Amino acid sequence: MGMTITEKILARHAGRTHVEAGENVWVNVDVLMTHDVCGPGTIGVFKEHFGKNARVWDRERVVIIPDHYIYTADSKARRNVDTLREFVKEQGIPYFYNPGTEKYKGVCHVALAEEGHTRPGEILFGTDSHTCTAGAFGEFATGIGNTDAGFILGTGKLWVKVPPTMRFVFEGTLPPYLMAKDLILQIIGDIGVDGAVYRTMEFAGEGVHSLNIEERMTLCNMAIEAGGKNGVIAVDRTTLDYVRARTSKPFDVVENDPACKYHSARTYDTKKLEPVVAKPHSPDRRALARELKDVSITQAYIGSCTGGKITDFIAGARILRGRNVKVKTFIVPATTEVAAKLHTEKIGEKSLYEIFTDAGAKVGEASCAACLGGPKDTFGRLNGAEVCISTTNRNFPARMGSMDSEVYLASPLTVAASAVTGKITDPREMMA
Amino acid sequence: MENKIRGKVYVLGDDIDTDQIIPAHYLTYNPAIPEERKLFGKYALCGLPEASRGLPSGKIPFVAEGADGSVYKVVVAGKNFGCGSSREHAPLALQQAGIEAVVAEFYARIFFRNSVNGGYLIPFETPGRLVEKFRTGEEIELDAQKGLLKNLTRNTEFSLKPLGDILPILKAGDIFQYARQSGMIK
Repeated sequence: MGMTITEKILARHAGRTHVEAGENVWVNVDVLMTHDVCGPGTIGVFKEHFGKNARVWDRERVVIIPDHYIYTADSKARRNVDTLREFVKEQGIPYFYNPGTEKYKGVCHVALAEEGHTRPGEILFGTDSHTCTAGAFGEFATGIGNTDAGFILGTGKLWVKVPPTMRFVFEGTLPPYLMAKDLILQIIGDIGVDGAVYRTMEFAGEGVHSLNIEERMTLCNMAIEAGGKNGVIAVDRTTLDYVRARTSKPFDVVENDPACKYHSARTYDTKKLEPVVAKPHSPDRRALARELKDVSITQAYIGSCTGGKITDFIAGARILRGRNVKVKTFIVPATTEVAAKLHTEKIGEKSLYEIFTDAGAKVGEASCAACLGGPKDTFGRLNGAEVCISTTNRNFPARMGSMDSEVYLASPLTVAASAVTGKITDPREMMA
Repeated sequence: MENKIRGKVYVLGDDIDTDQIIPAHYLTYNPAIPEERKLFGKYALCGLPEASRGLPSGKIPFVAEGADGSVYKVVVAGKNFGCGSSREHAPLALQQAGIEAVVAEFYARIFFRNSVNGGYLIPFETPGRLVEKFRTGEEIELDAQKGLLKNLTRNTEFSLKPLGDILPILKAGDIFQYARQSGMIK
């Protein structure tokens, strides 16, 4: 019987010719990523179980990207980055993106891709639930905890339960007012935050394959918001062009077998979809942006692994160009590469950076920033009863800071349009 | 793995996410440092909105003001417990607070793995919804071997789903001991 992309990748890494959904298998890991929030705990687990002088299984396969709590005066946050620095030095780990140096990158999921660590056919584990972002490259990528990561550091292996695949097909290219964020919020609204628990979410069809790689990352990033184990998109020319421009390492492209078995399949006609928003406090509380036109906001936020890539800022700038924001608006590039492009990427005569600052938005430094609240002095954090519309991926209670705050999730087009009016706004109103 | 767990139950609803179990600003504590590890028990479930704190009434703190841990031994919850982040600080916080098992309809995958592989608590699943069958503070007895949860206050009993694949890891203690016993690592 045929296998899906995910089943096939897991089979190959388990040394098997065939696996089926529901089986538990031990797999060999290609890349392990960790960051400043879970790295120190992971290192603790590794040393506790493999000894104080233990060496990691393969230093070329460990990638450490501090990104969560970087621009804060919090002493423990700074201590945690120092813990990573010591470990990297002790182990001789080459892929470390050290804050305060030229190598600093920012948000791990975007940094992994930009630095060539996401490759088709591979297995990537990361101590962050949004590690599933890398499924956009046709690989198996998922989030794990400190114990699993500590186990991998010592052995290069982990057990996984093979997930069945749910397929989501988007027919037709996207109209200009829709973005990947609208597609994934549409799906999550349909299946719920537990709609894909223990399963793979595969995104397919012309609507997906006409997207650039950053938009595909946005789709896969939020598989976890439906409970998915991983998201995946079949490799095409777009994938290969991006990956080959960023790494010379060899990789194997893995495709679905024609006779593979899916858990289920859903098809969407992109022409029938509209800009959507997830209401507080859950990513599956979907509404059409135009249905919420009476909802006033006090803050807008464009940033994070899912909403802080250059594509997101180009979209935001298309709306904000020549307009002024009515509420506090925060722009947080995911990585230093994106931050640099804010200055070089232009619409007309002006750079994106100029468009944003002219509109009255504040531009921050590359990091996870207020997406997950964090220390009180974090840029853009909701420190009171704010109502924020955001391009981030989670709107659980207090996710962006205060217990009294509310977060609406939307595409950068919708967030920018809402920043201009101070109310939730369908971006079509500003795209005539 | 304890055979029988007796004590008070704390009842929660659906989709209890990891930000509610342990909010992100406490993640600067490093669980590998013993004095910081303990602090997670103090802050466990402090991200719950008032109305969700101990069903059915709500407004029942999981950890009393100024206490280091909780008086509750078992959490009964609804669907998709532990959704959201991969932070292992979530099952760790519950364990540090004194929780020995969670009984939910089903779990978010990463929370489930972390609970088992890290040996923090037993994540039992139920064939049906139990949230309305318990009130926060009722006395319970959980028989892990038989997969039975008794409400001693009401004299009712409910079967839990078999632990299945994860039983050998739970019995061994955690993924490291399991891998040692099965000869995978020395």
